[in-house]
Amino acid sequence: MLKTRIIPCLDVADGRVVKGVNFVGLRDAGDPVDAAIAYDAAGADELCFLDIHATHENRGTMFDLVRRTAEHCYIPLTVGGGVRTAVDVRALLLAGADKVSFNSAAVADPDVVAAAADQFGSQCIVAAIDAKTVAPGRWEIFTHGGRKPTGMDAVEFAITMMEKGAGEILLTSMDRDGTKQGFNLPLTRAISDAVSMPVIASGGVGTLDHLVAGVKKGGASAVLAASIFHFGEFTIQQAKQHMADAGIPMRLA
Amino acid sequence: MLTAIIDYESGNLHSAHKAFERMAREVGAGDVVVTGDADVLASADRVVLPGDGAFPACMAALKGHSGLYAAMVEAVEVKGRPFLGICVGMQLIASRGHEYTLTDGLGWIAGDVTRIVPSDPALKVPHMGWNDLVIDVPHPVFDGIKTGDHTYFVHSYHMEVATPGERLAHVEYATDVTAVIGRDNMIGMQFHPEKSQTTGLRMIANFLRWTP
Repeated sequence: MLKTRIIPCLDVADGRVVKGVNFVGLRDAGDPVDAAIAYDAAGADELCFLDIHATHENRGTMFDLVRRTAEHCYIPLTVGGGVRTAVDVRALLLAGADKVSFNSAAVADPDVVAAAADQFGSQCIVAAIDAKTVAPGRWEIFTHGGRKPTGMDAVEFAITMMEKGAGEILLTSMDRDGTKQGFNLPLTRAISDAVSMPVIASGGVGTLDHLVAGVKKGGASAVLAASIFHFGEFTIQQAKQHMADAGIPMRLA
Repeated sequence: MLTAIIDYESGNLHSAHKAFERMAREVGAGDVVVTGDADVLASADRVVLPGDGAFPACMAALKGHSGLYAAMVEAVEVKGRPFLGICVGMQLIASRGHEYTLTDGLGWIAGDVTRIVPSDPALKVPHMGWNDLVIDVPHPVFDGIKTGDHTYFVHSYHMEVATPGERLAHVEYATDVTAVIGRDNMIGMQFHPEKSQTTGLRMIANFLRWTP
């Protein structure tokens, strides 16, 4: 049976983890590669690196990180942030990323997703959607870290991403991100029901029950979280066991 | 001893290269190269065919490197070198692929590569994530591996194997999904062993030690 995935996400800026990562056994809390190795050992199902202020100048730093991570970690790695073209996708895949996520560039031109999916296959193209509630049951796409409204409906955009060949959706609720109040479940459910590919729920996890709700109520295939793991509030195994106890199929160590 | 991972510009070869290098070091299996050079491939003792993307595009890319293609066929069919196909690299050895358009495969293992249609419509395609293997036929590549061990999958098509004894393992996804195929000197894995942590690394090591 396919298992629900837990994906720790590391926000990276200039080659360092932003806010740091604080759990036992880590040599350097700011080095994303050290954190990745620790999460691999802890039983994470995948890893995600998000380059939070990706600029042309610091791309080399990200490639180096991805390369070093791929040398030590044998679980899938998704890399996002500043990905604009199929050329960017190829460079990241060659460095050792397994999946690459598009965000603002896909909103500006959904065909970049089609071009990348045609060239490299849907399996490695993730569409990252940042959505904010604008009315009950209505969510709008925001870009530029949630600052810029686009007027586009999130559910319709998710369907567009599916049609363009994305293999997975990484859905972040801008309302919930950083609040620790739990995923935006109606949003997660609406997108998950609208598309046939897997949806990763992101934004707002504060408790292990939130992870359970994202899957059971939101319909997510995977859950992404950052701070609850980075600061040692919960281990990956505690999260997996809690979800398994709630009846969700998990890959336990 | 030389293991050649075929580079025909499909897929993420960096991960595979690192994983095979590490396990070759551990089991003393010599060198691992990623190569698009027919002469290098001809000198290899083991052949690995990776692949990501659509079946017709991968087949066209492989055949487009005509010298490389010929060297691979010779290594596997004539010289009997151990062969491992991964993901679409496994699917290409089937008789036919049905993705987008009907495409001939290498025909090394009889079967058709068809879209996964879960009987439960709530199940998503691609089949993406960790699934637990059910071993159907014992094989040296499963040394130290048992039914219930997890590997990482990401695919929308899978192989329906024509000869039951050539499907070595499967996983369940509302329907049976082929996970490992094999015959003589050939093995195929639908999942990514290079992304399947200790279970995958163990299977890579087993392949590198395998003398069919």
